[in-house]
Amino acid sequence: MSEEILLRVEDLYKHFPIYKGFVQRQVGAVHAVDGVSFTVKRGETLGLVGESGCGKSTTGRTILQLYRPTSGHVFFEDIDLATMKGEDLRHMRRKMQMIFQDPYASLNPRMTVGEIVGEPLIVHNSANKKEVNERVAELLELVRMNPSFASRYPHEFSGGQRQRIGVARALALQPSFIVCDEPISALDVSIQAQVVNLLEELQKKFNLTYLFIAHDLSMVRHISDRVAVMYLGIIVELAARDELYTDPRHPYTQALLSAVPIPDPLIEESRKRTILEGDVPSPVNPPSGCRFRTRCPIAQSICAESKPEFREIAAGHFVACHLV
Amino acid sequence: MPELLLDVQGLETQFRTPDGVVHAVNGVSFGLKEGETLGVVGESGCGKSVTMLSTLRLIPSPPGKVVAGKAFYRGQDLLKMSNEEIRHIRGAHIAMIFQDPMTSLNPVLTVERQMTESLQLHLGMTREQARNRSAELLTMVGIPKAKDRLSDYPHQFSGGMRQRVMIAMALACNPQILIADEPTTALDVTIQAQIVELVKRLRDELGMAIIWITHDLGIVAGLAQRVLVMYGGYIIEDSPVKDLYVNPQHPYTIGLLGSLPRVDGNQDEKLYSIEGIPPTLMQKPTNCPFAPRCQWAMERCYKENPVLEEVSPDHRVACWVKPKTGRSRQ
Repeated sequence: MSEEILLRVEDLYKHFPIYKGFVQRQVGAVHAVDGVSFTVKRGETLGLVGESGCGKSTTGRTILQLYRPTSGHVFFEDIDLATMKGEDLRHMRRKMQMIFQDPYASLNPRMTVGEIVGEPLIVHNSANKKEVNERVAELLELVRMNPSFASRYPHEFSGGQRQRIGVARALALQPSFIVCDEPISALDVSIQAQVVNLLEELQKKFNLTYLFIAHDLSMVRHISDRVAVMYLGIIVELAARDELYTDPRHPYTQALLSAVPIPDPLIEESRKRTILEGDVPSPVNPPSGCRFRTRCPIAQSICAESKPEFREIAAGHFVACHLV
Repeated sequence: MPELLLDVQGLETQFRTPDGVVHAVNGVSFGLKEGETLGVVGESGCGKSVTMLSTLRLIPSPPGKVVAGKAFYRGQDLLKMSNEEIRHIRGAHIAMIFQDPMTSLNPVLTVERQMTESLQLHLGMTREQARNRSAELLTMVGIPKAKDRLSDYPHQFSGGMRQRVMIAMALACNPQILIADEPTTALDVTIQAQIVELVKRLRDELGMAIIWITHDLGIVAGLAQRVLVMYGGYIIEDSPVKDLYVNPQHPYTIGLLGSLPRVDGNQDEKLYSIEGIPPTLMQKPTNCPFAPRCQWAMERCYKENPVLEEVSPDHRVACWVKPKTGRSRQ
């Protein structure tokens, strides 16, 4: 891993408007991503964790400009993607790809594996027909699949194999950055390890940079170099992997970690849990001040009054909490 | 030895599909003691849900059919009962909760309608009594302002709250056994922790036995006393919970535990991965179903199917090989 910063996200917002009534007036907005800033270094894996609806997938998609940001900047190799459009943006897309969560929904059932994996090459005019076929065979081998599978259809494959096809497609244009959006959540336990090992191996081989979005905190600990924790549209804590897991500072991170079951009955027996009360509030009307205060076990009056600043409390360890 | 509350013997279930017969459960035997919490672990398609559904006669038939086996509840065979009798058992003695509370609740009926139905039917309560009891049950599972929420529809509850409603409904008639089929899989981890804590508390208060079906070895570690590991329609390991995690015996269990990263420890080394994919079960396995993926498989594993045998007190495993040594058991 180098110190070169590949991706710099600055104050990113993504609001989805809500329209209502006959004239479809805008009555509000879902504050999916509400001011997020972080950087990703070349060759590293940044884990992005949080519960459903916290905006982690929206963050990933907004970075890739699949959703256009409401405001904020996304600097990729020091070029601001948020202001780019058309052909320029399309050109940048070669360098950034995505692996999706659901390997059943993300592959077109009417296309062969070869067409799926080769499509990016054709879209970006980067190869002729013969070269495409060669490259597809090469890519399938890379993800440990038989090149002869190129003529088959997605339904003939299991979930794990389909996810490999998704990985091969993402690699087709030799990107430097890949957003992995819950790539293993839909897979069985014994298959998850296969896919994660493959992703790690490819990262080493091609010096890939990953934004690994997941809700499985154990897997994120395994694969990430640094980890960011999201809650209701904002990042509440960001730190190097080991630091975050051994010394979590934000009350939400602490509760989240204590909620994860550990596959060891002896530890589980004596473990003390912080059980959070209630549910995540609606992102349409997020709470004033600190977003987490409605469920926070240590909240005080200041938490309702002002938004905590996302500040660095130790080298590379950022927390957004008044009481830390 | 105390009499078993539930005693399942040689259960076999098949499904007829256009592609052929799927052998989902291939001879499963297990017992459940009073007040015991049993974890059933396995990946999708291993037969863990079908086993429990078969026991309660909830398999849609056709295409499904229980082709062999017995399932005794307090000495009565559930599989031989009339429809009338099994309905009585299902409501009042054995209750079940499912993975997705949205699909198991009726979206067009209020929670009150759905909860009072079984109370009036099984316990002969009046509408007013049933209403009060429902409010009591909702309070017990931690739903605030229970009385007011009775007139709400399922969509007005969050995922975790819906699962609480399901649990309240399941507990309505004080069942002896609660079968929970992946009840927390669709929930976030902080909500999952709430539900697990709730079930533990209710178990201690009400003294019921629980069968918890899951693919998550982590949940089972903190909840169950005994664990069944299933693969390819068989129970391949049956062990007290502590023994299973410290001293797993079946190569599949060993692999599964090895492939899990842990939130409390660093694993920079490569994850252990079980190569290959689970069997499709289009034929009833005649050899060990795990043999094609097993690193210790011997000739015998491809010829004969091992049966569960005791390897240490109360710990049974179906494998010809002594794992880690690669030597035969006999």
